[in-house]
Amino acid sequence: MIEPKEVFDISLTVNGERLTRRVQVRTNLADFLRHDLELTGTHVGCEHGVCGACTVTLNGKIVRSCLMFAVQADNCEVQTIEGLSRSGVIKDLQDAFVQHNGVQCGFCTPGMLAAAHALLQQGPLPSRERIRDFLSGNYCRCTGYQAIVDSVQAAANQRARSSMP
Amino acid sequence: MKAPRFSYARPDTIAEAIALLTRFGEDARVLAGGQSLVPMLNLRIAAPSILVDINQISALNGLTVEAEKVHVGALTRHAHIESSTDVSKYLPLLALAMPHIAHPAIRTRGTFGGSCALADPAAEIPACSVALDATFVLAGPNGERRVPAQDFFQGALTTALKSDELLTGVEFPKSKPGYAAAFGELTRRKGDYAIVGVAAHGFISQARLSDLRIVIFGASDRPVRARHLESELEGKEASSECIRRAATALDADVEPRDDLHATGETRRYLTRTLASRVLSDLMKVGVS
Ligand SMILES: Cc1cc2nc3c(=O)[nH]c(=O)nc-3n(C[C@H](O)[C@H](O)[C@H](O)COP(=O)(O)OP(=O)(O)OC[C@H]3O[C@@H](n4cnc5c(N)ncnc54)[C@H](O)[C@@H]3O)c2cc1C
Ligand code: FES
Ligand code: FES
Repeated sequence: MIEPKEVFDISLTVNGERLTRRVQVRTNLADFLRHDLELTGTHVGCEHGVCGACTVTLNGKIVRSCLMFAVQADNCEVQTIEGLSRSGVIKDLQDAFVQHNGVQCGFCTPGMLAAAHALLQQGPLPSRERIRDFLSGNYCRCTGYQAIVDSVQAAANQRARSSMP
Repeated sequence: MKAPRFSYARPDTIAEAIALLTRFGEDARVLAGGQSLVPMLNLRIAAPSILVDINQISALNGLTVEAEKVHVGALTRHAHIESSTDVSKYLPLLALAMPHIAHPAIRTRGTFGGSCALADPAAEIPACSVALDATFVLAGPNGERRVPAQDFFQGALTTALKSDELLTGVEFPKSKPGYAAAFGELTRRKGDYAIVGVAAHGFISQARLSDLRIVIFGASDRPVRARHLESELEGKEASSECIRRAATALDADVEPRDDLHATGETRRYLTRTLASRVLSDLMKVGVS
């Protein structure tokens, strides 16, 4: 029979880099990214899935990194805000957030960008209602959301314009 | 806060998972999507000493469409069900309900079986499975047993599952021609658990309703069928006025209590209003 363990060796890819690490099974993915890998762009607000600040991409889909244990990311591919930024895929979204005041304190921003990026990958030109709906799981205590929705919409419009022949 | 200390096992098969649950009994908990269990661990509401992670068990994952029914594996993610064309074709009620569950990032991980095993009284999937007369498949050390949805949900966070059993899947009869579905819920914010919700399914012919199954959730300790309202509408030509009048029958079906989110009286009022809306939608879907 399989013996339950408190420590596990895991291998995973984080922002394109293959890693092997030993983890305590009770360490959540957010803490693993922040403390073990020093990728502090992933923020931790509530630790129970409500605020969305810890949103990262796992095998191409957004997840709450506070609601997974690092051991569960074994053999997976994780993208954090550091990876998304470095690769340039969200440069236009980031610029739009700056231009439209979608960032104030910045605490929610990494999660907002990860979620907004996932939304824009699902199809071009989402309506404001669709943007609000999709970002409903990401809390912002500063902006009042209006500016964030503006930012995402501006980036979507820009992408649609530049993809026109 | 952080999860308390525990030991972790990651079986590849249903048999291995059951062996672990049998060996550790009440000390062990199944970890599926973790979207309810991990918050409970982090808030220290739960502190099992063993977690049995079922995410690697491929036999629990996915939808199978058969001649008369659709089998939903316990590990099938909310996001998968939401985007499945088989679900929108054969289980339209479920397709309507899925976008109401939490938020996209939570639907990436949350599982069908986890939502059922948790049995939150305000959850969408349990309500739909009662409305659609689903059958739950439970596997334990002595083999498999089948439990109708109506008997699976036994109270708030309480189901027919024993500590050495795994929910392996849920079987739904396919929706038949002439049947229509409608769904609605009231929440403070998008993605929250419902203050109250209504799931309805029934046969509509020449603007008359029959074989109606209406389930109210969020108003009691489990999803409940509104049998009084169902019989009030059975065989009727259901105009909006008729539906509004019939909705008073709900007072005999549910007795909402006061809680943090709303008083019983508010919930009673909201239940009637929402049921009227959802049933009017049902008539529209059925006619179009
Ligand atoms: C912010 C937030 C909002 C949410 N909003 C909603 C909402 O509006 N509606 C809603 O329905 N849900 C909501 N959820 C919960 C979400 O849908 C969960 O995914 C779901 O309730 C539990 O599924 P899970 O796979 O994550 O299960 P887990 O969290 O892994 O497990 C939940 C429980 O079920 C047991 N279990 C799981 N699978 C099995 C199995 N196969 N056999 C036996 N026992 C099992 C576990 O031991 C545990 O006790 C929300 C969650 C969050 C964090
Ligand atoms: S820290 Fe993960 S959702 Fe708030
Ligand atoms: S900018 Fe401060 S929380 Fe969103």
